[in-house]
Order: sequence, then structure tokens, then C-alpha cells
Amino acid sequence: MRWGRIRAIAVKETIQIRRDTRSLIIALFMPFMQMILLGYGVSLDIKHLPVCVYDREGSQNSQALLKHFQASEYFSIVAVLKNYREAKAALDSDRCRIVITIPHDFSQKLSDSGGSTVQVLADASDDNTANIAIGYAQSVVNGFAGNLAVAAQGFGGSPAMQNQGVDLEERVWYNEDLDSRNYIIPGVVALIMALVGALLTSLTISREWERGTMELLISTPVQPSEVMLGKLLPYFAIGMLDAVFCLVFSVFWFHVPFRGSLFALFLTTSLFLVVVLGVGFLISAAIKSQVGASQIAVLVTLLPTSLLSGYAFPIDQMPTLVQGVTYVVFARYYVTILKSLFLKGSGLEDLARPVLAMGIYALVVAFLAGRAFKKRLD
Amino acid sequence: MTETAPKEPAIEVENLVKRFGDFTAVDHVSFQVERGTIIGFLGPNGAGKSTIIRMLCGLLSPSEGHAIVSGIDVAKDPETVREHIGYMSQKFSLYGDLTVMENLRFFGGIYRVPKTILPERIRFAVTMAGLEGREDFLVSTLAGGWKQRLALGCAILHRPPILFLDEPTSGVDPESRRRFWDLIHSLSEDGVTIVVSTHYMDEAEYCNTIALINRGRLLALESPTTLKKRDLGGHLLSVECPDIGKAISLLEGQPGILDAAAFGNAVHLLVDPAKISCRDLEGRLTTAGIPVARIGSIEPSIDDIFVRMVGENSPQGGAG
Repeated sequence: MRWGRIRAIAVKETIQIRRDTRSLIIALFMPFMQMILLGYGVSLDIKHLPVCVYDREGSQNSQALLKHFQASEYFSIVAVLKNYREAKAALDSDRCRIVITIPHDFSQKLSDSGGSTVQVLADASDDNTANIAIGYAQSVVNGFAGNLAVAAQGFGGSPAMQNQGVDLEERVWYNEDLDSRNYIIPGVVALIMALVGALLTSLTISREWERGTMELLISTPVQPSEVMLGKLLPYFAIGMLDAVFCLVFSVFWFHVPFRGSLFALFLTTSLFLVVVLGVGFLISAAIKSQVGASQIAVLVTLLPTSLLSGYAFPIDQMPTLVQGVTYVVFARYYVTILKSLFLKGSGLEDLARPVLAMGIYALVVAFLAGRAFKKRLD
Repeated sequence: MTETAPKEPAIEVENLVKRFGDFTAVDHVSFQVERGTIIGFLGPNGAGKSTIIRMLCGLLSPSEGHAIVSGIDVAKDPETVREHIGYMSQKFSLYGDLTVMENLRFFGGIYRVPKTILPERIRFAVTMAGLEGREDFLVSTLAGGWKQRLALGCAILHRPPILFLDEPTSGVDPESRRRFWDLIHSLSEDGVTIVVSTHYMDEAEYCNTIALINRGRLLALESPTTLKKRDLGGHLLSVECPDIGKAISLLEGQPGILDAAAFGNAVHLLVDPAKISCRDLEGRLTTAGIPVARIGSIEPSIDDIFVRMVGENSPQGGAG
């Protein structure tokens, strides 16, 4: 391998990126757009959930509790109901997602035994929302009186939802505000870098084939590994720049706490970039048209990263088979690492396993990419 | 310039075959090229010229046979061969979104031309291509002749002893073509071996050796002068008249007429002078309602030889 040739290719590639609008948009504008879109658009938080109330007691106490619900930003009371039939109808017609029922002996039990129960009927056809809503209801009730319990009942969801008596004392770690944005943004960073990295490099070899420059390039003594290194170096720099941008944007715009070490972030981001850029390069070498290569690049990065990396949907809640598949999704390691770095402030030693997995991935991809394209036309 | 052993030919090709599926693009071709000579591959499009050149550059692997370039077997060690050659592909393949200088610097880097001599080599290439003052122009904005000379400039930055030029002059104006051949000649005088393909028959005159290629086969390998002295087996006449197609169909296959082919605005006839004369022909054409503007015997050109040889070699009997 000769540094002179690697440098010649890197310089050429840099000039080409600078003069190619499409590459510039992907490299500079896309991370910004995605940060905004995904940062704001994807939120697992529930706010102002439509709620119906069925107050069977109608006392001062029950009204005070309902005021708590009204005051909470999680709920909006949309109707006051008079019986269970109306409650069922309200849930069936999607007028509300949960119904809060206050028993007729609410105040009495409260004063007699110092504890009472409020019933929550939840539409569990969207069991994620139902779960979260019940959790929020619990916290509202807790706020009203320390030992009120919520008796939750879900409709249409999993059996686990039925008759869930909840009365727990919670202490949440790492994401104290239970703000799902804190949980999602680190994953968004991984998603953006996977997409941008693979998209950019997916064009780099196919462009040479499409423009006919490849034939001349392979007639020179340049080695495939030199082509790979020379082409990936500028994209590595761009990827790092994008990573810095995403990190700064996450911390200073979305106020996601970053508690880990910058060195660990730099190291793991480098590994992830090698994998992502290498995958894009492999696609580019295999598919000789730019359009085809970029479509495949989106397919192999965006889909697995958004669905199977655990960036928004927890891996341990997936079916066992799918969990097995996630080990192949390289973004899962980076998402794990990023979440730990951002929220837990873990050090490299805590992340040994995902870092090692990513290191192996990077080695394999780099090895394959180095021999990806043959200097032959047949 | 890398030196090869004094008497060793620059290129030795033995029974080279290239098949693409059922199609045989190159069919048992053998030849040698002496160092410092210009060999021209002549033939129609699709004859197999580019395929041979690509095999010699190590871009395609031969299905059968051997190709030794600069003393090295291309199939075994294509990388070493690539250090000894310069290549201009059929399609223009410099980077259009790079400037003249950026392209030259890129290929200088790829061929590892030492930093101390690169500026001088680049200056030479710019001057040779006539691109002084246009160093910072994007290559995509240059006209064909300049692009082509720049491509040559890039191909010789590392002073390769052997140059492969695949249809370098196609789609370039006649003035630029002539200028390009001047460059090729001056390179050849410096001892560079040049393999050039073309479908312009008139360019054959510029070569030391001509390889006539048709349907993947080598029909002839000799100097233009020898080639033109080939006995066509008859007397060559040129007939200028309107409606050439009608004239050919009228005369083809008639006794005494060995071959008839269209050449621009004339019909070239290969005749047996014992059986038919100019006057007979003129009479026949005039009777058929084709006025003859001029008729006379001519010296065979490479074109005539080629058409005749293709006629003899192909089962269909036509020029491919």
C-alpha cells in the first residue's frame, strides 16, 4: 500500500464531494433535517391524552383528585360520564383513551383505612400508550395522596393488562424526567450517521462506473485497498463532523444530558463510521449504478437501524428470534453504547462487549471492502 | 522509462481468445509488436479491437492463450504490467468535475511520479495538449480535441514504455485528429511502443504495422505499404455516379465483376480486365438510367484491401 496513491485518491474525492451538490446535501443538510424531524417528530411521550371521568361519588375529595388529572399535562378531561355503559361507549368510539372511575365509597375508604382505589379503564389496542397512560395515572394519583392505588383494567390488549393492580414506589434512574426524547435522541444520532455514512459512500464507486472513469482507474497500478482507504478517508472526516454536529445539537438544543467520556464517544464513533462507510462502499462496489446503490444503502441502514437497533423499540421486548437477528444489526451496538454514554455516563470498561462487537464488525467490513472491487471488467 | 531486454518484443500475443458466453469476441489472435513501433488495429466497430487492448492492459482476462506485455504475462501479473503501460480508453474517462490540473495531479499521484519531476511532467503535458491558460478549467467544459490530448497527457505522465490507445480519435474533428497523430509520432520517436485502434481507415497510413481485424480474427498484419501492394486478384475501378445502391445491385455478380462496394459517393469495382472494360461498364450503367460522372482505375487504398479481405474471409461474403 502506498500513501501517495491513497492521498491522490483522497484529494480527488474531496474535490468531487465539494463540487457535487447531492453529496453536499447528504453530508451537511441531511443530518440537520433528520435531527429536527426525528428529534421533534418521534416522541414516545404522551401528552394531553383524552380522558373521560366517571365520578360515582361526586364528593370534594373525588373532585379534588379529578382536578389533579385536569392539571396534569399528560391528561385532558374531555367528558364526564354517568354510567359504565357510557364509559364503554366512550372507549369504543375513541372519544377517549382511558376512563377514570372513582368509586362511590372513595372518601369513606380514604378516611377509614387511609387508602382507596381508583379504577382506570384503558384502551389497550395500543398497549404501549395504555401502559404509559396507566403509569402516568399512577403518578397523578400518587401526587394526590401517597397511598391511593390505581386499579387498572385494559380492553382489547394483552391479557397481562387485565386487572393490573398498581401500587408501587418508583425511583427512576438515568432519565429522571422520564423524557422519552432523552431516550430517543442518542438513537437518532446513530440512525443519522448510519444513513448519511452509507449513502455517501454508496455513491463513490458506482459514480466511477457510471461516468466511465473506472476503466481508466483500474488500468493504473492502484490497489483495491488503496482505492478503499483513499475514498473512505474524506467521508470519515465528514462523518466525524456530522457526529460532532449531532452531539452538540442533542446536548445544546434538545438538552439531552451527556454524561460519558468524550474519548469513549470518539473511539466508538470511529468504529461505527468504519462499519457504516465500509458497508456503503461494499454496496457501491457491488451495484454499478448510483441510484440502485443509494437505494440499497437506505434499505440496509435505515430499516434495520430504525426497527432493530433498539433506538426506539426496546430489543428485550422483541420475540426471541427477532432478538437474535438484532445481533447482526451493527447499529444495535452503537445505539447501546450511545445511550449508555449519554444517559448513564458509562466508561469504556462498562461497554466492553458492544465495543468489542463493533470492533470485530469494523475489521470484517474493512477487510471485505478492501477487496470489494476487482480490477477487471469481466 | 523502464527498459526491457534489447531484443525482446514489447508485446507478444499468442492464440489469444476471449469469449463472452457463446460469443467469441477475439478468436485465436497472435502477433508481436517490436519496441518503438506503432501498431494500428483496424476494423469496424465490434470487430474485437477494444477487447484485445483490454486484455493486454489486464482489464479483461483471456479465455485462452497468452499475452506478454513488456516481458510480463498479463494474466499472471497484471499489476506490474500496469506500471509499464499507459491507457486511453475508448470512452473519455478523465474526471469531468476536476480541472485540467487536478486531473494531471491525480494521475501523477496514482502513478507515483516523484514530486521533484511531477511539475515538469505536468507542464509538458499541458503544453503538449495545448492547454496553457486553461489549467483551471473543468475538464467537462473542454472541447473534444483538448480532452483527448489531455487524456494522452495523463496516460504518459509516468513515461510508460508502452501506450494503449483505444479509438483515441473517434468523435474528434479532423484537425485535432491530425494533431493527435503528430503527438503519437513524436512519442514513437522517443521509443514508446504504441498500440492504437481506430475505425478510420485513413489513419492506417500513420502506423508502422497494421493489424486488420474483423469478427475477432486477425486478417492481416503488415506495414501499410505492403498491405496496399497486396494482389486483389483484379483491377480496381472507381465509378462516380448517382444512386450508388442501384448501381451496385445492377453490377454485383455480373461476369467479370469480382466485387462491388460503396465508398462515399463512388462505387469501387474489382474487375477482371480481360472480361470487362470501362466502356462496357459505362454503357451498362447508362442503359440502366444511371449517368456516369467519372470512371477510371485507381490505386487500392487500405479500405479497398480491407473490404476485399473481409469479403474473402466471411461466410456471408459481405463487409461486416
